[in-house]
Amino acid sequence: MESSTGVLVIGGGSTGTGIARDLAMRGVDVTLVEKGNLTHGTTGRMHGLLHSGGRYAVSDQESAKECIIENRILRDIASHCVEMTGGLFVQRPQDSDEYFQKKLEGCRECDIPAEVLSPEEAREVEPYLATDIERAIKVPDGAIDPFRLCVANAVSTENHGGRIETHAPVTDVLLEDGEVVGVEVTHESGPGKRVHGNEGQTEKIYADHVVNAAGAWTGRIGDMAGVDIEVRPSKGVMTVMNARQVDTVINRCKPKGDADIIVPHETAAILGTTDEEVEDPEDYAEEQWEVDLMIEELKELVPILDESRTLRSFWGVRPLYEPPDTGTEDATDITRQFFLLDHDDRDDLPGMTTIVGGKFTTYRMMAEQLSDHVCERLGIDAECRTAEVPLPGSENTGVLDDAMDQFGLRSPIARRSKQRLGSRTEEVLDVDGPNPVVCQCEGVTRAELVDAIDQSGTDLNAVRLRTRASMGNCQGGFCSRAMADLLHPEYEEAIAREAYDELFQERWKGERHALWGEQLSQAMLNYALHATTLNADSDPARLGQDVDFAAFDGGESASAERTGTGADAVATDGGHDGD
Amino acid sequence: MAIEDDVLVIGGGLAGIAAAVGAHEQGARVRLVSHKQSTMRQASGLIDLLGYTPDGDGPVVDPFEAIAELPEGHPYERAGLDAVRAGIDMFDDATGEMYAGSHTDKNALVPTHGGAIKPTARYPDSAAPGIASANGDTLFVGFDSMIEFDAPVAADHLAATGVPYETDGVTIEFPGNLRDDAKVTRFAHLLDRDDEVAVDGTTMPVRTALAERVKEHADGHERIGFPAVLGDDHATEVRAELADRLGASVFEVPMGPPSLPGLRLEDRLYEYLHEIGVRVSTGNPIVDVEQVNGEIDRVVGDHTGREVPYKAQQYILATGGLVGKGIDSDREGVYEPVFNCHVPHPADRYDWFEDGAFDDHEFARFGVPVDTELRPIDADDAPEYENLRAAGSVLGGYDFPSEKSGSGVSLATGYAAGELAGDRV
Repeated sequence: MESSTGVLVIGGGSTGTGIARDLAMRGVDVTLVEKGNLTHGTTGRMHGLLHSGGRYAVSDQESAKECIIENRILRDIASHCVEMTGGLFVQRPQDSDEYFQKKLEGCRECDIPAEVLSPEEAREVEPYLATDIERAIKVPDGAIDPFRLCVANAVSTENHGGRIETHAPVTDVLLEDGEVVGVEVTHESGPGKRVHGNEGQTEKIYADHVVNAAGAWTGRIGDMAGVDIEVRPSKGVMTVMNARQVDTVINRCKPKGDADIIVPHETAAILGTTDEEVEDPEDYAEEQWEVDLMIEELKELVPILDESRTLRSFWGVRPLYEPPDTGTEDATDITRQFFLLDHDDRDDLPGMTTIVGGKFTTYRMMAEQLSDHVCERLGIDAECRTAEVPLPGSENTGVLDDAMDQFGLRSPIARRSKQRLGSRTEEVLDVDGPNPVVCQCEGVTRAELVDAIDQSGTDLNAVRLRTRASMGNCQGGFCSRAMADLLHPEYEEAIAREAYDELFQERWKGERHALWGEQLSQAMLNYALHATTLNADSDPARLGQDVDFAAFDGGESASAERTGTGADAVATDGGHDGD
Repeated sequence: MAIEDDVLVIGGGLAGIAAAVGAHEQGARVRLVSHKQSTMRQASGLIDLLGYTPDGDGPVVDPFEAIAELPEGHPYERAGLDAVRAGIDMFDDATGEMYAGSHTDKNALVPTHGGAIKPTARYPDSAAPGIASANGDTLFVGFDSMIEFDAPVAADHLAATGVPYETDGVTIEFPGNLRDDAKVTRFAHLLDRDDEVAVDGTTMPVRTALAERVKEHADGHERIGFPAVLGDDHATEVRAELADRLGASVFEVPMGPPSLPGLRLEDRLYEYLHEIGVRVSTGNPIVDVEQVNGEIDRVVGDHTGREVPYKAQQYILATGGLVGKGIDSDREGVYEPVFNCHVPHPADRYDWFEDGAFDDHEFARFGVPVDTELRPIDADDAPEYENLRAAGSVLGGYDFPSEKSGSGVSLATGYAAGELAGDRV
């Protein structure tokens, strides 16, 4: 199978989808390929902080300035993905006054609104802050939903005629006469909408230009093209709490360190993070000490975290980039700047540009610069419009407030649905018949799940990320099977069963890192509900096992017939006796 | 002054109830104290003895045969096979016609609400007509507002397990204007009362209306299964009327929480305790324990801030496992919170679990180890207290979700612990 496109983008994270949208809006024919689901790599494994730039205001002012510019733009164009929580940089007694002052001045130098709060004022904002804090700096940090943002970018790309191809890992970079002319992908098919090709089929996609935006995997793509890209993957843990202990982003006001941030996110709070270089972006240890460190360190800022319920932990890998010969020893010292590597200039290999490094908050700016670069290469004269045109779902959210009653949704479910759906609320919720809540923890209704299935097919993990269903306290214990049921009858029962298993196992993977106290009880309950009540672990259909039905109890009447004592045998047959 | 009894049972689930009955039958004066609602309402209402061996063999046809082969340390081995028989006999006496399965030692295969089949020893009368190990073309009926049971999925799944009969599923609108997320008890109470509901511009009793809606799909099916919401107080009557109107036997498919079969069972068993004269105090946790010379002297209950002492000669711990919080944990370790009995567990938290959701998890076996008199033992295998026994999910050394042995262990160890305690007073 072969096809051709104008620009081929590798990587379905924020950078890749941002680039695809930017180019598509400029009228360029774009195809994006992603090895897994959208956000499969780094983007789906971040803590969801919309930086004000305050974090970099001392160490990296260039990044800080970019952050505050993009922070303002994203609030505009992606309002349904952003919650402006505000943020605090909190000083503890042992943290230096000098650094606090530098942070404050740094913010001001970078045009980041910053205000000093007394300990009393800070605790008025966040009552659970430790009583011995010295003071805090208030900045416009926020929370952002990376998955919703990527999906919106992908939808916009498709709306502008682009092609988004997930579950299609690049298996080769095509070279002709010393030039990159495209890539080969293998379609990893599942049923449903996850693919355009057939399972196992390879496709050569020829392109005028290839963009390598594969994040922590950029080096792998470089290897296929025969160029050296020194990505240094660095892992970080994030621990999810079951409630929002804080409603504001809380940063520790000290120079870089592990476990120094809490981000409130929807119904949860996320503790982060560590920063440790790893060899392989796909295979690294997920260790107990990392989880313990989050709680031990951050309880210094917010003491109730010590007794709070932890739901799960997950790890992400940053695609840090080190320009050649910089020789940084410590991964935490590597810059958060992003880099465009034009392989024609750099390696004498025309036809491909790599974008690497950077931060989620500045994804749009990165996409703009990369798109400018590619357009110049291709001689295309078109303006970037992504800073002005809202993403799908983000237009006119204000007018939706009155429209909720007609969907039969009661607050707070209505409010949550509307926040998730933005301007698509009416289209999604306007269904015939009842619209019960399927995920109680997160208040997700059937209509939203059906809509997400329409978008993403049988991949319930994609459905989960679009809706948050199965992401609350019970971690899918109560809703994962009901979510899978919704795939039927469009997909056959065996596929629904497989999808349920995949989701349940995925939820388990993260929950393992939170197995003590309440969440261990929850894990045991989930195990009991699925193994005992549903017999999902030993289900003969799942195991492909033949069962000799006749060897088992055939009911009282059957056994009475066999033994010849059938006179009163139907007495307990509930179908026929009276009351 | 303490409240004084011969035997004090702490915990109000299946094990605690069985223990109270066992002690009572030995002539002891018995009190049962429980803190929270029991986990029965979360369970399906099926009484599993043993469906799979600890090695994973199964489904087991004869659970009694398999129980006789269990390794040392398994709660069934500790209590002994006679205790298993005695415990299940007690259950049969207490529940009477409400439960079926006692006519044979064999397990029945029951369809779950997901459509898989599950081996079980006793099943509610309401589920009896639907057992998958009895033949009969089957129609499942689900309600479009109820997400817990998707009838077409369950029917297709049941077919995929290879049952030798036809299965079909249909989803209908439940008559009457119930809210989209009405609780299962709302359905049951509506059917209990047989309220008039508005249907197609007229009104009629809800059972009639429901049967009318199902009728057009009923043709040819010998049995028709509904989610387990067919009445609470008048469940038998509701089913009988639907069966009559539909010309087929009618059954319920057991579901997860909140489980009406579980609630009905809990009601019946507490009624039984009342009938035989066991005293019951609910809603109060035990917060303190006083011991004298290696024996429990008395325990202290917290009655909304007021401390109330309970004194007995013999005590039975039946507070449940990780789900019921009879076993608790923190980042440092696993413990039994009432008597602080020894709970063996790996020191490293990352050894408590395995990578796959249904793998062989160590945490599933967390609980107190006991001697053959069901007394919790310490790290040196000596009894923690001479007059303390333990029963049910608080016991360690077995993986009830994988074995499908939870109810059976509760009944066997509960009844045996009760008998032993009652015998000592």
